Amino acid sequence: MTDLLRVEGLSVEFPTARGVVRAVADLSFALGRGETVALVGESGSGKSTAALSLLRLVPPGTGRVSAGRVLLDGEDLLALPAAALRKVRGARVGMIFQDPMMALNPVFTIGAQIAETLRRHAGMTAAAAEARAIELLRRVQVPAPERRIRQYPHNLSGGMRQRVMIAIALACRPALLIADEPTTALDVTVQAQVLALVADLKAELGMAVLLITHDLGVVWETAQRVVVLYAGRKVEEGPVATVFARPGHPYTAGLLRAARWQEDGGRLAEIPGTVPSPLALPPGCAFAPRCPLAVARCREARPPSQALGRDQEAACWRAGEAPA
Amino acid sequence: MLARRRGPGVTPPPILEARDLVKRFPAGGGLGLGGRTVHALNGVSLAIAAGETLAVVGESGCGKTTLAHCLTGLTTPSAGRLLLDGEDAAAMLRREPMRFRRRVQIVFQDPYASLNPRRRVADTVGDALRIHRLCPRRARRDRVAALIAEVGLGEEHLDRFPHELSGGQRQRVAIARALAVEPAVVVCDEPVSALDVSIQAQVINLLRDLQARRSVGYLFISHNLALVRHIARRIAVMYLGEVVETGTTAELRRRLLHPYSQALFAAAPEIGRPPGTARPPLSGDVPSPIDMPRGCPFHTRCPHARARCAAEAPALRPVDGRMVRCHFAEELSA
Repeated sequence: MTDLLRVEGLSVEFPTARGVVRAVADLSFALGRGETVALVGESGSGKSTAALSLLRLVPPGTGRVSAGRVLLDGEDLLALPAAALRKVRGARVGMIFQDPMMALNPVFTIGAQIAETLRRHAGMTAAAAEARAIELLRRVQVPAPERRIRQYPHNLSGGMRQRVMIAIALACRPALLIADEPTTALDVTVQAQVLALVADLKAELGMAVLLITHDLGVVWETAQRVVVLYAGRKVEEGPVATVFARPGHPYTAGLLRAARWQEDGGRLAEIPGTVPSPLALPPGCAFAPRCPLAVARCREARPPSQALGRDQEAACWRAGEAPA
Repeated sequence: MLARRRGPGVTPPPILEARDLVKRFPAGGGLGLGGRTVHALNGVSLAIAAGETLAVVGESGCGKTTLAHCLTGLTTPSAGRLLLDGEDAAAMLRREPMRFRRRVQIVFQDPYASLNPRRRVADTVGDALRIHRLCPRRARRDRVAALIAEVGLGEEHLDRFPHELSGGQRQRVAIARALAVEPAVVVCDEPVSALDVSIQAQVINLLRDLQARRSVGYLFISHNLALVRHIARRIAVMYLGEVVETGTTAELRRRLLHPYSQALFAAAPEIGRPPGTARPPLSGDVPSPIDMPRGCPFHTRCPHARARCAAEAPALRPVDGRMVRCHFAEELSA
């Protein structure tokens, strides 16, 4: 199977008054057709910056991609002229965000915003685009779509807005959907509805999904493979079932322990300390100051990614020794 | 959690008790002229005893935060009673608010919003001691240092401002401030949901240690169901301003009876759950608390709803070892 998306050595930098912050450092991963890959990490791990830079959506003037390639069907999106990139965004790659209120335009109707994508990319007439917008809203289970297309984002609930954003992202049947924390702002019952909808559409359209999330429960239930980020770097990658059963990196192991609340009311396994400041990363492994397995070597040299059996890798000098 | 060690069925006397709390807010007209009403709480009863944790779970708009505000005297209920140590809390809050606040404290979700950004840690925590006259000025800094140490921070944090602390450290300061007056009950309103996963466990362990040491009772409001099952001895599930099911964590873990509790717990993604075993999600959105559905508030989304559910509101009643608000709880449990 050839990869739909290959990210190679992606680095993103933000100049600040106190020095350059490398929000994403040397990130590589791949996504097959129809596959769901989860990009996981806590705040400041670089997961959202990575997702935005795939489509060159990091606002110019704040940060810049300093290295790397983003290959969609072999074509480097980072090297494309602006006009060609606009044809990719919204057509071959759709994107949905955590906060649909920020992503939707408050002064245009829902119908106009869905139709814009169809008219621009599919060259539809206004009438055809409206009919298709109604059909799309029905597909994402928005009730009374004929009425909804005349409404504005503020007339809708959070779950309904997220469905509208999905409808826009899917209007042109993209090969890839990038979903940046799509359910974090939603209640759990609405989250379940939205995740079920994405799963249905994925099966129907054969679409691949890059899911950015901090929620390991969501990863377990929706993704086939997982990429774990810490302080801007990939620390582990592998199939969800393998990584969750036998995490190779102590950070992954710690996250999994913290996310599996034991039901006996006993003491929870903590990860001590906090994420280091991106302006003062330790010289060796960024996780070493919090790591229960750290040895002298971890504080001196940054560990390279090493293979752990078939299809799993971890960037740790003691990879595979972490207790699950 | 301490209360776990007592025998089953032994109920310690409640410290804080709510009886049929109702809270309505005027909506629309700004001054209440619109004539519309938000029904935030529609008769909630619960009680918290020393050393135990009662968790309240529910989704946005279920009234859990309004409940927290009513229980801590931050908002006045429209009807119903609040009792502190068996005494009418409404009267106490009018005449001796300080006496109420020494017994009942609150920790909010966002410690950045709940700490004064212009006051240092030592001042924020010291204010509680000063206002309640709990310790002479000379001894205050030592007392604050001891409190700060108890929540896992050090002397070096005393003179810092909130922006110089991480999210987890800020929440520790908010906890120290709540504990400064040695309250009997602390209402924790989503205390870890703004924190990263790796930090959540630190704060939960801290709350647990403090409870073991001081025998404080927690009312723990959360939407994280796995966390609630971990931390609470009893759970109350809320929907549209009502408790729909409540019982011990052990009973509720064994089986949930109310269709909403079932849907809520099933909707939470769970690591290790075999793929394809999740129930189909609930359809639709939570109805507006302005236009409350007639009959059972859940009947508009309930997969088991029948004619009676749209006509008649069910009462909270005992079924199979817990309290549940559903006409057909026996049938659904069979």
